[in-house]
Amino acid sequence: MSPETLRAIANRIRRRDLQAVFEAGAGHIGGEFSVIDILTALYFHTLSVSPDNPLDPARDRLVLSKGHTALALYIVLAEKGFIPMEEISTFLQHGSRLNGHPNRVKVPGVETNTGPLGHGLPVALGMAKAARLNGESWRTFVITGDGEMQEGSNWEAIMAAAQFGLGNLTLIIDHNRLQQGARLADTNALAPLAPKLEAFGWDVEEIDGHDMEQICAALSADRCRADTPRCIVAHTNKGHGVSFMSDNVAWHHKVPNAEQYKQAMAELEAAAS
Amino acid sequence: MTHPFETAELHDCRDAFTQTLEALGAANSDIVAVCNDSVGSSKLGGFRDRFPERLINVGIAEQNMVGVGAGLANGGKIPFVCAASPFLTGRALEQIKADVAYSEANVKLVGISSGMAYGELGPTHHSIEDFAWIRALPNVPVIAPADRIETAAVIRWAATYQGGCFLRLSRVGVPDLLAEGHIFELGKANLLRDGDALTIIANGVLTHRAMIAAALLADQGISARVLNMASVRPIDQDAIVDAAKVTGAILTCEEHTIFGGLGSAVAEVVVDNHPVPMTRLGVPGVFAHTASANALLDDFGMSPEAIAQSAKVLLTRKKA
Repeated sequence: MSPETLRAIANRIRRRDLQAVFEAGAGHIGGEFSVIDILTALYFHTLSVSPDNPLDPARDRLVLSKGHTALALYIVLAEKGFIPMEEISTFLQHGSRLNGHPNRVKVPGVETNTGPLGHGLPVALGMAKAARLNGESWRTFVITGDGEMQEGSNWEAIMAAAQFGLGNLTLIIDHNRLQQGARLADTNALAPLAPKLEAFGWDVEEIDGHDMEQICAALSADRCRADTPRCIVAHTNKGHGVSFMSDNVAWHHKVPNAEQYKQAMAELEAAAS
Repeated sequence: MTHPFETAELHDCRDAFTQTLEALGAANSDIVAVCNDSVGSSKLGGFRDRFPERLINVGIAEQNMVGVGAGLANGGKIPFVCAASPFLTGRALEQIKADVAYSEANVKLVGISSGMAYGELGPTHHSIEDFAWIRALPNVPVIAPADRIETAAVIRWAATYQGGCFLRLSRVGVPDLLAEGHIFELGKANLLRDGDALTIIANGVLTHRAMIAAALLADQGISARVLNMASVRPIDQDAIVDAAKVTGAILTCEEHTIFGGLGSAVAEVVVDNHPVPMTRLGVPGVFAHTASANALLDDFGMSPEAIAQSAKVLLTRKKA
């Protein structure tokens, strides 16, 4: 799939996400807009997954550890055919299977239930280890937020992944520099992330997390070394694609009013044309 | 007077655990063990020597250990995640909740040296809250076998059960109590001794003591029923209700705080179905003083003699 097509899909997902947050009156639009390009590239370029057989043992695994951006994942899964697109309008509604964090038991395509931060990477490590034990070639990807890297459990897993030589594991850090209430730098300054991962024995590549060519290239299997886990530090903007949301800490989980919704949608539509 | 089991040979149930796990591992290459630098204390040395690639030691990192277990299960493996019970259940409780229970992952959580097995090492190393913590979670059966025979049966059961579970093992020596060839059934109590004056319900290390207490009571003309209740969740409601109806009084004994454990689980069934007088023996909501594992049980009123005495006091509350 061409970068132009991927960009068009990502734009469509952002518009659907904006509408769903507006209608539900809740969501994490900032972090969703920072990760949507990465999710789009994964599902429409990289991952070998199929809605016809969502539990195929040979499928690639994607763990969205920043589970609060579940809405973005739901829309990507709907675009991919795992769930009906009409179901997105049930997001957060009474009785919907689409709650604020993804549930593998209810939603096909979800691999593990996330929500509390710092859970996805250890689980992804176990998946990658299972593939190795099975002698299978499927790959495991996990997306964390950058603020999420403050959770100690991630660093337990980072040590173990290098020790186990899991070259079939790729960690993508959605590095949007903002956490819920403040800038990363003003809270628990982890940046620069790359040298820290390198010091723990990982291969690291830094990319523009909104540049489709760069994302697709970074995710490609030929960038992986056999026995070294790989980390992609994806430099992103929270709220990317909407001028007044982008890189603005206020938009972690703010809901646009009618006027803001109209303007945001107009900007996204202009970008699509 | 000497009673059955008092002089019997005592066994460390960890040996039955690892021997069974090795046998299962030899038959099924999907069986893997995950541990937190606890190869020795979990007695996994034999498993490691036979299946080195299937012994996954994540280092001293319990949160990662449980998450790795969930990921291995996602990849089709059958992981036995083994660690000292206080650290497995305390440090990694949120991973047990989200990654195993809520995600319905096929992870076998094995809490080694549970209860007060670490005696003199003190309350940081005691695991007398694990029944309560794990019992509060959906989807994770909680099981505390009473001897090496039941331990082996529980491990065999867990390997075929589709879903997560928490197996609570001790290192404190206990004699053989169940019959050779015993098959574990989830949610089923074992009637070890019948009686009609009262019922003593116990599990884990306490079943042995309960059996001696029942023999002491028999010497005094008191006929006590003894139920081994390895399965704390789900619990055998039928056996508890029958005990309440037939014997009219229930005494529970557990190596756990009396808040939220076996006694609480039994009381929930009794209150909902057939209220009768009960006494719950266990650790009375304190951090233990310095003593060996067995001495602590004695000090908290769970020597066989003290259990028998509590039974007699309970009988005075039983309706005529």
